[in-house]
Amino acid sequence: MSHPALAQAFIDDRPRAQWHDKALWFVREKRDRMATSVPEWEELRQRASEIKQHTMSLLPDYLEMFERNAKARGVQVHWATDGPEHNRIVHEILQKHQVKKLVKSKSMLTEECHLNPFLEKHGIEVVDTDLGEWIVQLRDEPPSHIVLPAIHLKKEDVGETFHQHIGTEKGASDPKYLTEAARNTLRQRFCAADAGLTGVNFAIAETGGFVVCTNEGNADLGVSLPKLHIASMGIEKLIPRASDLAVFLRLLARSATGQPITTYSSHFHGPREGCELHIVLLDNGRSEILKSPEFRRSLSCIRCGACMNTCPVYRRSGGHSYESTVPGPIGSILTPLKDPAAHSSLPFACTLCGSCTDVCPVKIDLHHQLFAMRAFLDRKKLLGMSKKLSMKFVSGLLSSQWVFSSAGKAARTALRWLPRFAVYNPLNPWGKQRDLPDAPKDSFRAQYAEHQKDKKSRPSSGTGGQS
Amino acid sequence: MTESSRDQILARLRSVLPESAPLPDLPPIGPWQTFEDPYARFCEVLESVGGICIRVPTLAAAHEQLNQIAAWNDAKVRLSVVDGVGDSNVDLSSIDDPHELENVDFAVVRGQFAVAENGAIWVTDDTVKHRVLYFLPQRLAMVIPASEVVHNMHEAYGRLEIGKHTFAAFVSGPSKTADIEQSLVIGAHGARALTVFAVESFD
Repeated sequence: MSHPALAQAFIDDRPRAQWHDKALWFVREKRDRMATSVPEWEELRQRASEIKQHTMSLLPDYLEMFERNAKARGVQVHWATDGPEHNRIVHEILQKHQVKKLVKSKSMLTEECHLNPFLEKHGIEVVDTDLGEWIVQLRDEPPSHIVLPAIHLKKEDVGETFHQHIGTEKGASDPKYLTEAARNTLRQRFCAADAGLTGVNFAIAETGGFVVCTNEGNADLGVSLPKLHIASMGIEKLIPRASDLAVFLRLLARSATGQPITTYSSHFHGPREGCELHIVLLDNGRSEILKSPEFRRSLSCIRCGACMNTCPVYRRSGGHSYESTVPGPIGSILTPLKDPAAHSSLPFACTLCGSCTDVCPVKIDLHHQLFAMRAFLDRKKLLGMSKKLSMKFVSGLLSSQWVFSSAGKAARTALRWLPRFAVYNPLNPWGKQRDLPDAPKDSFRAQYAEHQKDKKSRPSSGTGGQS
Repeated sequence: MTESSRDQILARLRSVLPESAPLPDLPPIGPWQTFEDPYARFCEVLESVGGICIRVPTLAAAHEQLNQIAAWNDAKVRLSVVDGVGDSNVDLSSIDDPHELENVDFAVVRGQFAVAENGAIWVTDDTVKHRVLYFLPQRLAMVIPASEVVHNMHEAYGRLEIGKHTFAAFVSGPSKTADIEQSLVIGAHGARALTVFAVESFD
């Protein structure tokens, strides 16, 4: 389904859509306070962007360096070209260790690979332990945000879900009470798990180690009790040096949730004594993105979610309307690149306002890429008739001065005299939730000419003639 | 099978590499934020993320302060890995399976140094037998040297040899979540409370 069609259901519940909008704006404001409290913020973004671009330019070398150093620390390194291969590798490791119960910390990569249903089909119990991810797992929904997976739900929804699944009191919706109930239930899962799986925030080529960031401590609990730790990572998560972590850890949590740093930033270098640590490196289309000069910078993404929190379309349409693991502005680039035909409406879920580009901690030129993506889809002949015809129409309108000024005149007159139903009808989807501004009497051109005349008739004051 | 996937991925990447881009310098001392009083800033940020900082002259004073904390006194299972601070009633050296630490109510651990800009403390696995001790106990106290507070993360990484420890982490405050309607709740899966004792002299 297209983004507008999926967004419709979300928008239909207006109070909830407005609440969602506000909840995310609140996070965006927290991010702003954090960003402005660091004087060298822009300097950090610049360096983060440079580090990522440098890494991409030598990615195969850094991957080999990472593999060599990780192996030297006793880590077992696996490579997967796509999702099914990734899942197969993980399953084989789990089988070898006779794992029946797996606890997972947040990993968008395993969402991307649909690991959970695959493992469940093979009789392995998988528990997502990030609170938000566990909530959506219990509800059999995908996450609607990469950092705040349950941001589309109200506490009453969570209360009902918990009542059904873990027997909290009917009608109870206090976040503290619900979190406590989840803590107690998930503790049992942590203690009973045979293996832990985490994502990777940053992998360090020069040391062969990696860093996982959480606030809840779920990743650390999940891998510090059982004897097997599997870490799944996209090949783009690499950074060259340990000192680069300073830049990224300073940017990540501030951009994501407006915290100075996540509660836990854990550095893993090799397995615990008597235990095993496996890393699965996944391509799954990333090398294809690297090929494209227009879109390769999207690989710099550190998954902070800041572009979602600020996006006026995401905030008002909800994460599920994107039908992709990564929603929002960055998802509207990554997802159509993987499957253009299925996701051709995503780059149009964008006003090109550029706010995403402004907040991106690694300076991805998001709105430029979203614009380029539209042309990319046109080249692939994937634009619908309504988009193609309206482009043709506007192109005709704008390429002739006479047509443009006559149309403007006609529209100004029509907007003033036409009855409301003639302007706001199904042919004008733009007017669905908003009113057009009052039409001015004269065109801008006429107003400008008039203004110039006024200026000439007055003695020059040297300040441009403003009065 | 996997070997060929490896070669396939590397070959594919080599055929599409973008033009080279320089790696920027990241000196430990550079255009980075510093603070007039790094310790004061550390305490301020730690408190803003739900932690408590208590400055004490000696380990003995930390011990005394710990004994004033109700949660420590009420704790059934207590474990300290810091000599002179807190009396344990379980013997860590006799525990081989980390699962046995499930019932620890309060643990006292060492922190190596603190970071002023974000209230984080660097902890390493060599001071605890089981690294889960940083995450599984209900409540945590950390003992750090009061003099060891760096300004920012660049300075922090400048003094670290990353990879020296199989496990190490920056910990900033107690565990928390805001996954239900953006309401902050302290005590998600890890520690419910974090008290930091900044000790002036370890002698």
